[in-house]
Amino acid sequence: MEPVTTHRGRAVALRRSNVDTDQIIPAVYLKRVTRTGFEDGLFAAWRTDPDFVLNRPESAGATVLVAGPDFGTGSSREHAVWALRDYGFRAVVSPRFGDIFRGNAGKGGLVAAQVEVSDVERIWDAVDADPATEVTVDLVSRTVSWGGQQAPFDIDDYTRWRLMEGLDDVDLTLRHSDLVAEFESDRPGWMPTTA
Amino acid sequence: MATTLAQKVWDSHVVRRAPGEPDLLYIDLHLVHEVTSPQAFDGLRVAGRTVRRPDLTLATEDHNVPTLDIDKPIADLVSRTQVDALRHNCTEFGVPLYSLGDAEQGIVHVVGPQLGLTQPGMTVVCGDSHTSTHGAFGALAFGIGTSEVEHVLATQTLPKEPFRTMAVTVEGELATGVTAKDVILAVIAQIGTGGGQGYVIEYRGSAIEAMSMEARMTVCNMSIEAGARAGMVAPDETTFAYLHGKPRAPHGADWDDAVAAWRRLRSDDDATFDHEVVLDAAAITPYVTWGTNPAQGAPLSGSVPDPSSFVLDSDRAAAERALDYMGLKAGTPLREIAVDTVFLGSCTNGRIEDLRAAAEVIQGRRVADGVRMLVVPGSARVRLAAEGEGLDVIFKEAGAEWRNAGCSMCLGMNPDQLAPGERSASTSNRNFEGRQGKGGRTHLVSPLVAAATAVVGRLASPADLTEV
Ligand code: SF4
Repeated sequence: MEPVTTHRGRAVALRRSNVDTDQIIPAVYLKRVTRTGFEDGLFAAWRTDPDFVLNRPESAGATVLVAGPDFGTGSSREHAVWALRDYGFRAVVSPRFGDIFRGNAGKGGLVAAQVEVSDVERIWDAVDADPATEVTVDLVSRTVSWGGQQAPFDIDDYTRWRLMEGLDDVDLTLRHSDLVAEFESDRPGWMPTTA
Repeated sequence: MATTLAQKVWDSHVVRRAPGEPDLLYIDLHLVHEVTSPQAFDGLRVAGRTVRRPDLTLATEDHNVPTLDIDKPIADLVSRTQVDALRHNCTEFGVPLYSLGDAEQGIVHVVGPQLGLTQPGMTVVCGDSHTSTHGAFGALAFGIGTSEVEHVLATQTLPKEPFRTMAVTVEGELATGVTAKDVILAVIAQIGTGGGQGYVIEYRGSAIEAMSMEARMTVCNMSIEAGARAGMVAPDETTFAYLHGKPRAPHGADWDDAVAAWRRLRSDDDATFDHEVVLDAAAITPYVTWGTNPAQGAPLSGSVPDPSSFVLDSDRAAAERALDYMGLKAGTPLREIAVDTVFLGSCTNGRIEDLRAAAEVIQGRRVADGVRMLVVPGSARVRLAAEGEGLDVIFKEAGAEWRNAGCSMCLGMNPDQLAPGERSASTSNRNFEGRQGKGGRTHLVSPLVAAATAVVGRLASPADLTEV
């Protein structure tokens, strides 16, 4: 995974709350067996509406998505993160994320920055007033900044560190294989197996 | 220190704890299905890794599979590719798999419990958010993403940040016709879709204790709809009786050792929860949703709410959007809403007790003209059991369609979908826009309400039916 420390780009104001993962990518788009190519499924149902914010010409090339509370609730599909990444987004800003989505984002190199509702509204207003507004999501200082304004954001230390180092979780865990083996030797013999 | 049930299970699975890092948790059971696993197996292959414990891993085909003509190759090519990929991966990595046509095939969260694989005190994960279902046994069970699926396959562990704990206490007795589904819909309406975020919920109180294992599974299943990581119920005699004799449950002397260990799995009397919610069981009535998230629900006796009645701006805007999508007018009595389709099934309400309850309502009656009713057992075993009891005949005589096991119209990845604008009463768990087919409109209901709705053609409860 490529390390991420700071990202700067134009933003899209998605003025909706409860954007669940079925909206981010509907189930019919989940049938691919590869890890890429999910951009066509991103917000597929909403994109059929010509007025949907992503369809506006000024949204082209935007890389930061700014959404209302409870973004990414619902299904565990990591395809939601892949669809956002494949479409070009590098960061999502919201006052609150679905737990599984937030975890998946960290693994997929997508920054999920949790900010106050009032800050999201300020970013929305700035972006709507001037679509050329650039938003910077900075993991080093844990801040989101735009048009001379700045707000702190929340992200857990471990996810931040892994994003900044571009580390692979499996490699990190495999370093502790001896501890796993030790744990296994203590498990009760009556615990079930599938074999 | 006094601890909660969830903390006890967590603490007994910590492989490694280090300051500033998440705990590394051991995973006792990893369930796998075709949609969220192909990229994970691919990751192993690319890195030259193996599955550490194929004997603690189990795969089944459920999300994509057709519920008709299951003896023919899957017609949809992309779905077939995904199912083929699972078969290929399981063979290559030595993971046991229940394929379409096998007596143990079915929805992953129905299969684990019915085999007795899900047991108290275990950690259970699956690349599926409704893994919370397994918490009904006092297991710590949660959904994970595909990268985590790969991590568990490779290491049988997961690095996880600790959670907060919430107690949802339901005291008293449920009225006749009020089910576990109504309880959980009422809980979600009370705490909201984000209210459980970061929490593991422990359901307790006399109404929960009185529930069967299957009813407890229905409750725990929808914990994720409140945003929670997991739901749990402390194991008790009901749990032990359900597990006793199941194929993968401990036998003989092992059984006694296991039960002795399981009895210790309860929250200490003086344990404190980070948050507590209390509901009066007697006040809960049949519940249905009117909107496009599971918290947008109301008692069936009520009406579609007026968006202006919501205090928060965001709730008001969400309600307006929902009514627009659902094609509903504020003030319409919920009982006047006509449906095209009734779906009885899913990991929420696709078990044998659900089918029995619905069959009892529909026996001797007819599905209303112009309404189609799909009955999709949660697993091939459930289907066989239902056929053994003659439930299939009751449904077919009433005019319903009797299908093979799978997720089916719960998420519409297979051909079982709503057409744009069609409206369903569904025993599944998500009424999101387009969940059951693009443009489809979903009302979440209990199996009893589903059956009565099929007969009346409008949202209804068994109490609305005239005697046969
Ligand atoms: S039945 Fe529905 S909720 Fe359950 S596992 Fe299948 S798709 Fe998911």
